Amino acid sequence: MKKLILIAILISSFEFSSFAEDTAGKQLFSFAQDLHGFADMRYGIRTQSDPNKEQTTLKELRLQLSRIWYQDLFTLTARSDFVFDGVPNNHGRIDLETGEGPIDLRELNVLFTPVRWADVKVGRQILTWGTGDLLFINDLFSKDWKSFFTGRDEEYLKAPSDALFMSFFPSFANIDVAYMPRFDSDRFVDGERLSYWGGTGLTGTDLQTDKPDDWFTDDEIAVRISRYMKGWNVAAYGYSGYWKTPQGFDTVSGKNTFPKLSVYGASVRGALAGGIANLEVGYYDSREDRNGTDPFVPDSQIRLLVGYEHEIIQNLTGSAQYYLENTPDTEHNRHVVTLRLTQMLMNQTLTLGLFTYWSPSDQDGYIRPSVAYKLTDNWLLETRGNFFFGKNNNTFFGQFADNNNVAMTVRYSF
Amino acid sequence: MKKLIAITLLLASVNAFALTVDEIVNKANEAAYYAGNDGFADVKMVITDAGGGERIREFRILRLNTGDGNQKFYVYFKEPADVRRQVFMVWKKVKQGQDDDRWLFLPALNLVKPIAPGDKRTSFVGSDFVYEDVSGRALWEDTHELIEETETQYIVKNTPNDHGAVDFSSYTVQIDKQTFLPVKAEYLDKNGKLYRRVEATKVETVQGFPTVLESRVDDLARGGGRTVNTFSNIEYNVGLKEMIFTERFLRRPPREATR
Repeated sequence: MKKLILIAILISSFEFSSFAEDTAGKQLFSFAQDLHGFADMRYGIRTQSDPNKEQTTLKELRLQLSRIWYQDLFTLTARSDFVFDGVPNNHGRIDLETGEGPIDLRELNVLFTPVRWADVKVGRQILTWGTGDLLFINDLFSKDWKSFFTGRDEEYLKAPSDALFMSFFPSFANIDVAYMPRFDSDRFVDGERLSYWGGTGLTGTDLQTDKPDDWFTDDEIAVRISRYMKGWNVAAYGYSGYWKTPQGFDTVSGKNTFPKLSVYGASVRGALAGGIANLEVGYYDSREDRNGTDPFVPDSQIRLLVGYEHEIIQNLTGSAQYYLENTPDTEHNRHVVTLRLTQMLMNQTLTLGLFTYWSPSDQDGYIRPSVAYKLTDNWLLETRGNFFFGKNNNTFFGQFADNNNVAMTVRYSF
Repeated sequence: MKKLIAITLLLASVNAFALTVDEIVNKANEAAYYAGNDGFADVKMVITDAGGGERIREFRILRLNTGDGNQKFYVYFKEPADVRRQVFMVWKKVKQGQDDDRWLFLPALNLVKPIAPGDKRTSFVGSDFVYEDVSGRALWEDTHELIEETETQYIVKNTPNDHGAVDFSSYTVQIDKQTFLPVKAEYLDKNGKLYRRVEATKVETVQGFPTVLESRVDDLARGGGRTVNTFSNIEYNVGLKEMIFTERFLRRPPREATR
């Protein structure tokens, strides 16, 4: 903590040139000058009461520091959050897996180019691919649903992965391979901050899970082969690992589990009629229950997503997506429709945003309105809402109906 | 030698006489957007709103001519903090009926996001410049008319062929006869009222190419908002490789952008 304060002081003394008079001071000064990030104060509160949880969902002070070292042979990136959290949680100590403790290490990696036609990035990194907008089929890199539902910045939906990421660039395609030597689950809703469906009712108690966590045996691998063709980006994907949220159940231990999963998929995205259209499909092969007989392991699924984005009028962009989860074994279909509207005003300093999920089959949904105002280049004020609704409280969004919340932020970026 | 100069001047003036409006706008387009085979520059953008508030954007722009008038642009943001390391990339296509391909790279999400081709007249990063000012407007989109010729300038009126696609009814460009650089453009709104002015306020020759070192947009409709661009570290024919302008280098900016 002392170090943290020191760094904070260092940053705030940026502009005092007297600081840079002696050589050591100069070095420190130049180090501080290359140090970037933000300080973010965020407060979130439920808009109704929840018998299972306290009223406050977020009460945090977050300092993000990042620094990149560009060398001839490699690039080293370090980016970490230092968090003071006022909401009682289970992670008083540093827990880099869940990011809940006082340190959430976002990136610490080395990038190098061993041969002209390949790049390698090793270490903690954020990984993203696929074409969906806040919907994911072939992107099985870890997500942070807790951050997403409580109104942290949207970038926090992507949780970091500890991975070896290799990209190859032969003439015919780009090939990316991500290897996670130890399974990285999602940062899923587990009773901390948010209540959820616990099997018999809504609960805020700690979700007990049994997570595969042996290095190099409980691993994950994800592959993408993509190619740009006549304005369209076409990609094929493969994944071998585990369901990212604890959707299985072990009747002996009474714990939730992460059954084995493989995914095969494809996507295409490109310009169409003045907008951007995308189509993505994936087959979720639930390897521990291929014939769909085990009630405690999720069934295999076919997932599909179609989307279109277009500027409606100047500075107002709209997009819509249709998403389907088809479970052949039970002949069940889950349909979801999303809608995004983004309006930029006042020279793009004021942004009004709305994202909605609505599932006609589950009869539930999730509404995410936001207002962000850039007071100056450095200061940002933001308010986000997270509103869930559902006919039943055991559906994907319906289970969060007691968690409706509004989060307010002041952020200073430097 | 003197004779040679005289002949050259003569030829030049004969040539000038013979120029049609299409030749003029072609040459102006060449001078403004195509100097050298490639090039880069650091840009400092100062956006001043009507109330006097200032915001600053700093970025490096890389450009490569890829033939047939097509170009690739790579814009790497350095300031302000909330857009630092973002990259905006354009594959400009001049052929009628083909849209430019445009992408944005968001480093915090490690996300490459395509941008819909429709919104070219949208403000570029909150400034008074629009996306089209950065990469250029295709010549076939307007009908050009030489309305005046002074000793030093051609004055060309441009009327959009598709009125629905743009926010102006016409714009008039003053083109310097010597350098063929457009030095001033004035945009009229749908009621014929002047509402936007783009100017090259400082021009110098860099490596033999007449180059704009400072440009400025005045938003006259909303009472005095303006954006001033200052260009520095300009270099042409640096030998940029086409592979820089791909998804690979969106995710890991090349040295040409970060140094």
